[in-house]
Amino acid sequence: MVKPQPGAEIDGFRLGDCLHVGSMASIFRLVGSDGELPLVMKIPLLGAGERSANVVSFEQCRTVLGALAQSPHHPTLVAYGDVETTPYLVMEHVAGTRLDEWTKRAPLAAADVARLGHSLALALHEIHRQDVAHLDLKATNILYRNDGTATLVDFGVSCHRHLPDLLAVEFHTPVGNWVTMAPEQIVGERCDPRSDLYALGVLLYELATGKRPFGTPTTVAQLRKRLYALPGPPRALVSGVPPWLQEVILRLLEIDAAKRYQSAAQVAFDLANPGQVAIGARGEQRTPAGALKRLVRRLSARHFAPPPPPPPVNALTPRPVIVVAIAPEETGEPFFEALRAAVRRRASPDLRSRIACISVVPPAATLADDTPTGRHIKQLVSLRRWAKPLGLPEECVTYHVLESNEPVTALLDYAAVNEVEEILLGAGSDAAQVAAKAPCTVTVVRPSAAS
Amino acid sequence: MGYGADPVAVLELIEAHAEKGAIVLLGNHDAAARGDDVRGLNAQASVAIAWTRRQLRKRQQVFLRSLPLSVREGDRLFVHASAAVPERWTYVTGPRQAALSIEAADAAVVFCGHVHDQRLYFMSGAGRAMPFRPTPSTPVPMGRQHRWLAIVGSAGQPRDRNAAAAYALADLERERITFFRVGYDFEAAAQKIRRAGLPERLARRLERGM
Repeated sequence: MVKPQPGAEIDGFRLGDCLHVGSMASIFRLVGSDGELPLVMKIPLLGAGERSANVVSFEQCRTVLGALAQSPHHPTLVAYGDVETTPYLVMEHVAGTRLDEWTKRAPLAAADVARLGHSLALALHEIHRQDVAHLDLKATNILYRNDGTATLVDFGVSCHRHLPDLLAVEFHTPVGNWVTMAPEQIVGERCDPRSDLYALGVLLYELATGKRPFGTPTTVAQLRKRLYALPGPPRALVSGVPPWLQEVILRLLEIDAAKRYQSAAQVAFDLANPGQVAIGARGEQRTPAGALKRLVRRLSARHFAPPPPPPPVNALTPRPVIVVAIAPEETGEPFFEALRAAVRRRASPDLRSRIACISVVPPAATLADDTPTGRHIKQLVSLRRWAKPLGLPEECVTYHVLESNEPVTALLDYAAVNEVEEILLGAGSDAAQVAAKAPCTVTVVRPSAAS
Repeated sequence: MGYGADPVAVLELIEAHAEKGAIVLLGNHDAAARGDDVRGLNAQASVAIAWTRRQLRKRQQVFLRSLPLSVREGDRLFVHASAAVPERWTYVTGPRQAALSIEAADAAVVFCGHVHDQRLYFMSGAGRAMPFRPTPSTPVPMGRQHRWLAIVGSAGQPRDRNAAAAYALADLERERITFFRVGYDFEAAAQKIRRAGLPERLARRLERGM
């Protein structure tokens, strides 16, 4: 193969400036006759001794990137070379700012942490719903485009549930980034998308506090500490971290994947709606756990076994967000009960659906008689009253009173922004319009004839 | 062949493909049907084989006798069972047998059957065969830096509670393989088995996919 350097030509592609030289690969800008192209070429380093692992990782990257549907959340693969003779990947050049530009400036304000985290969670959701786990998230692998969209790069360690995992047996030490690595990855689990959520927690922790929750491990023993240790609460390091943000971060950093958020969409939802985060003991905690608690955790970690990864997504979105739209004028108990019955059918424990109860009320300024807050609160109370008989866990249900003169548009906007899976609503005048324009399934609920 | 009630029609179809250049291999049921001494067939299979032999005419017997145990084409090997000793009809039921078959084959890709469920194995750098259960209709790259073994699945004798027939298409140019499942009229096939007086279990198996 031609020695990769600016000016060299490989398979008809002419190399421009070298953008990056890493331990695994170099990246060159590509140039055409009229100057720089919006493309880069990634060339793996295949010297003696690094061949096996690097080739496999290169092949995994090509395979997974090639299988992903085009989206702004990962670079588009344009061409690739023969792995035996001229291995390279030609990809879209993603212009943007790397996350490490922000980690350098940490601790950041909660709103900035939430904004960066929200974009990143949406990017993760995009690959997770295609049954891909990235498994190597770090500040240098995440780019933010100028419009704020997060883009994940370097899929060399990733896993695609519908393709053979070429990395399954190639490495003896845990493969991925040791700073952000999830406990289950340390013991060899390689296909759980919730591992990416743990890494997201590590990154948010650092953005919010300026400190890494487990430092920078250099030995496997240091790495294994996270099999039993929970990080100290961010509020103990930076008192300005609000409880809702700490709640989100510490929930992402749960040792047991089953206790974390179960989908990136739910993390995005919470980061976009801080007021809706159900704050528990995690969020309020100001001091690290006591010595006894830590000892118990440490002893029980000797038998650490990760929970089984969730089944592949296929056509079904796991942990879907389901909107229950209740018009303020709605009062009939038979209808309310029919709506509850519809929710019960969808809120099975293994689906872990998220129920968002929504009412749209006219904006405060247009109301002459009622005080705005009074009206808002009244509607919030009736939403809560409606949901109470369902007995759903607090983290599974949220309440929103949206202010708009156009209830249909407000509802549709909400559905689009929050990746809603289904809207349940009554057969009122707006139902047909919502059904016609919604980006998701819409179910019109009616009381049964018997009731 | 040896399971169903249409051995003559099946062989006529396959012979027509063979005349157009298709690779056709000898399987253990075919070997039994042409009169070879095949060990390991259970009682029902023996009943079905005896019935099948009575249906076959001279032409089909001659065709069956012409079939090879394996065919090599470029760096690909086609074989019914394990490539280790094809005439022993060893099942590739796990990584150990897959590794033995891949080692013996001396090929980039081994295509085989015998085991009815679709599987794809690749040899890791550490010399272990890694199993992968393919998702139907999802293309899987078969890069050249690994050696592969593809069990393409059976048309009509599933063991995974899915009645659909199985097959696979390998795209040699793009170095990838796609496994497929396709529905067919298994109820009619089961009715024919019953009408022919073959063991009831052979009919039920088509219906239950088990």
